Amino acid sequence: MELRQIREVRGRAVPLPGDDIDTDRIVPARYLKCVTFDGLGDALFYDERHDAQGEPTGHVIDEPRYAGASVLLSGSNFGCGSSREHAPQSLARAGFEAVVAESFAEIFFGNATTLGLVCAAVAPEARRALTEAVRADPTLELVVDVDARQVRAGSLTVDASIPDSAREALLEGYWDPLGELLEGVPQVEAVSRRLGRPAAAA
Amino acid sequence: MTEPRNLYQKVWREHAVRTLRNGQTQLFIDTHLIHEVTSPQAFGMLRDRGLSVLMPERTFATVDHIVPTHTRIEPFEDALADEMIRELRKNIADHGIRFFDLDSGDQGIVHMVGPEQGITQPGTTIACGDSHTSTHGAFGAIAFGIGTSQVRDVLATQTLAMSELRVRRIEVTGRLRPGVYAKDVILHIIRTLGVKGGLGYAYEYGGDVVTRMSMEERMTVCNMSIEGGARCGYVNPDDTTFAYLQGRPFVPGGAAWDEAVARWRAVASDPGCHYDDVVTIRGEDIAPTVTWGLNPGQAISIEQDVPTVEGAAAGEREAIAEALAHMKLAPGAPIKGTKVDVAFFGSCTNGRVSDFIEAARYLEGRRVSPAVTAIAVPGSQHVKAECERLGLDRVFKAAGFEWRDAGCSMCLAMNPDKLVGDQLCASTSNRNFKGRQGSPTGRTVLMSPVMVAAAAVTGEVSDAREVFGVSREAVA
Repeated sequence: MELRQIREVRGRAVPLPGDDIDTDRIVPARYLKCVTFDGLGDALFYDERHDAQGEPTGHVIDEPRYAGASVLLSGSNFGCGSSREHAPQSLARAGFEAVVAESFAEIFFGNATTLGLVCAAVAPEARRALTEAVRADPTLELVVDVDARQVRAGSLTVDASIPDSAREALLEGYWDPLGELLEGVPQVEAVSRRLGRPAAAA
Repeated sequence: MTEPRNLYQKVWREHAVRTLRNGQTQLFIDTHLIHEVTSPQAFGMLRDRGLSVLMPERTFATVDHIVPTHTRIEPFEDALADEMIRELRKNIADHGIRFFDLDSGDQGIVHMVGPEQGITQPGTTIACGDSHTSTHGAFGAIAFGIGTSQVRDVLATQTLAMSELRVRRIEVTGRLRPGVYAKDVILHIIRTLGVKGGLGYAYEYGGDVVTRMSMEERMTVCNMSIEGGARCGYVNPDDTTFAYLQGRPFVPGGAAWDEAVARWRAVASDPGCHYDDVVTIRGEDIAPTVTWGLNPGQAISIEQDVPTVEGAAAGEREAIAEALAHMKLAPGAPIKGTKVDVAFFGSCTNGRVSDFIEAARYLEGRRVSPAVTAIAVPGSQHVKAECERLGLDRVFKAAGFEWRDAGCSMCLAMNPDKLVGDQLCASTSNRNFKGRQGSPTGRTVLMSPVMVAAAAVTGEVSDAREVFGVSREAVA
C-alpha cells in the first residue's frame, strides 16, 4: 500500500482560542448520522459557526483573512471526548493538513495520524507566539516540519513534539497501519490459537 | 519467581503480536464490539479494498446511539437513523457477526451488553468504536475506544497498532459517606487530576472503597476514565467480578469455569508491582459532586459555590468565563438552587439496575416538579425487564418520569431525545460538553442518579441528602 511521505505541511494558519476543544464541538453528534464520511467538511464546528437560524456567526474559521488556511492552531487537550473519527475526517475534508496544539487527546491523535493529518504539540508560550504572529499577519506561511520537529513562521522557530512512532510513520509513508498489520496475520492467527476465544456461547 | 507486574503489563505482553516498523506494537484484540455509528464506514473501507472480516466470531454488535427510546416502530421517522440500522444489519448478515438486535431482548448500550452477556472478561483486550469502552475495565480487561479506521483494522486483522501506556494506580481509601456514590468518586477523581491528567496513562482503580464496590459501581467509575484523559481504566478482578460473571451466556461453564477463574486471578496486579504513578484519595473527602462548566473536570461539591473568573489562575480564566457564560451561572453563587428544566436518568454511566433501585428508594411517594421534564431510560433491555420485574418502572412513572426503551438517548442526542434551546439538564450521563445533549445552547449538569432524582423533585440542583433526609455522618 503506497502512501504519501509527509515530511512537512506548509500553509497559512487559523488560530482557534481555548483549551479542551472536544470532538462534540468539532462535529456535533447529529452529523454522525451517516454511513460514509463524505460531506463532513461542512459539519466542522457547525454549531459554533452558525446560529440557531443557520446564519454564519462570524467564527474565526470563517473570517476572510484566514480563508484557505490548512493549519489549525489551538490549545491543550485538543480533540478530547468521543472517539468519533468524524472529527479528524471533518478537519481533513475542510482542507486542514495539520493541527498545532499544546497537547492532544489520545484517541483523536491516533485517528488523525491514521489519516495523515499531522498533529504537532508545542509549548504554551510557543502557541501564544505563533498565535500572535498569525493574527498580526494572516498571510504568514507556517511550516510544520515533521522531520525536524519544529514549527516555523517567518522569523519564529519553535520546537514541536511528535512521538517517534507517529513521526516515523509520517516520514516513511506508512501512517495508515493496515498494510503492515495485514502482513502480520499469520502471527496473529497463532496468537489467537494460543489465547483461545474467551467469549464463546456455551 | 518472575518480576512482579501490574495487570496492564501482563495483558499487554500476552497480547503483543510483534513490533511494527515505527516501534508500535501490533496488539491482539480478543473481543471487538461494534455499533451502528462508527462501523459502517469501516465496512465500506473493507469493501473498497476487497478485504473480509478475519475473525467474525470475535466481533459482537448491537444498536444503541440512534435508536428512538419512545417507540420501536420501524422504519424510524428519521430517515438517516433508519438507513444506519439497515446498513448495520446488512453488514452483520454479510459477515456472519453475532448481533443483539432490537427484537432480541438482549439489545442495549454496547457497554451494557458486553458485561450482561459475559462477553466482557478479565485479562482480555477489548476494543470498540466508542470512547466509553473504558467501562469494560471494571472486569480487569484492557478496554479502549478506537476510531473508525481502527475498527477497520480490527475487522481485517483482529489487531491494532498501539503504543504501551504508563499505569497510574488510584487508591480510594476508607469509606464513602452516606449519599456519596460511585459517580461522585469518579467526578471527584477527574476534578482532582484534571481532564487531561490521564493523558498517556491507564488508570488502575483500587483501595478499600473500590474493593467494596459492586460490578455496576466499578463500571460507573471505569466508564468515565476517558473523561479524565485516560484511554482505559481498570479494577483488578476479584470474587465480586467472578460472582457477577458466573452463569452468563458467553462465560465458560463446568471445568472450564474453574480454569477461567484461576487464569483471571493470576492476571491481577502482583503485590509489589511497579506503577508509574500512585495517587491516594480519601473516600471520606468525597462529597456529592456536580459539574458547573463545560467539561467533567469543571466540577464542585454540591455545597460549594460556582467559581469566579477573578479567583482563578490566569491560565484558566478564559475557560471559566466561557463556561459561566454558556451555563448562565452567576459567578460565586451556590450551585445549589440552579433551576432545572430536564432530568435525564440513564446512559452507559448510570443506566443500570442498581442505579434505578437506589433512586427508586427515594422517589417512592414523591413527585417530579411540574417545571421538569423527566425521562428514565434503562441502559439495556435486560435492565428494563429487571426493573419492571422489581416494580421500579411503577415508582418512576408514579413520580412523573417517562419510562423509555433502552438506548443512549439524551446522553448524546443522536436520536429524538434532545434538549431544546437553553434548557438545563440534571443528567446521570458522562459529558457536559457544549451542545452535547442536542441543543447548541443546551446546558448539562452531571451528577449521580440520586442527585438527579432530587433535582427532578425540587426543580433545582439540590443536595439529595437534604431533600431525602439522609444523615451526613459516616457509618461506623
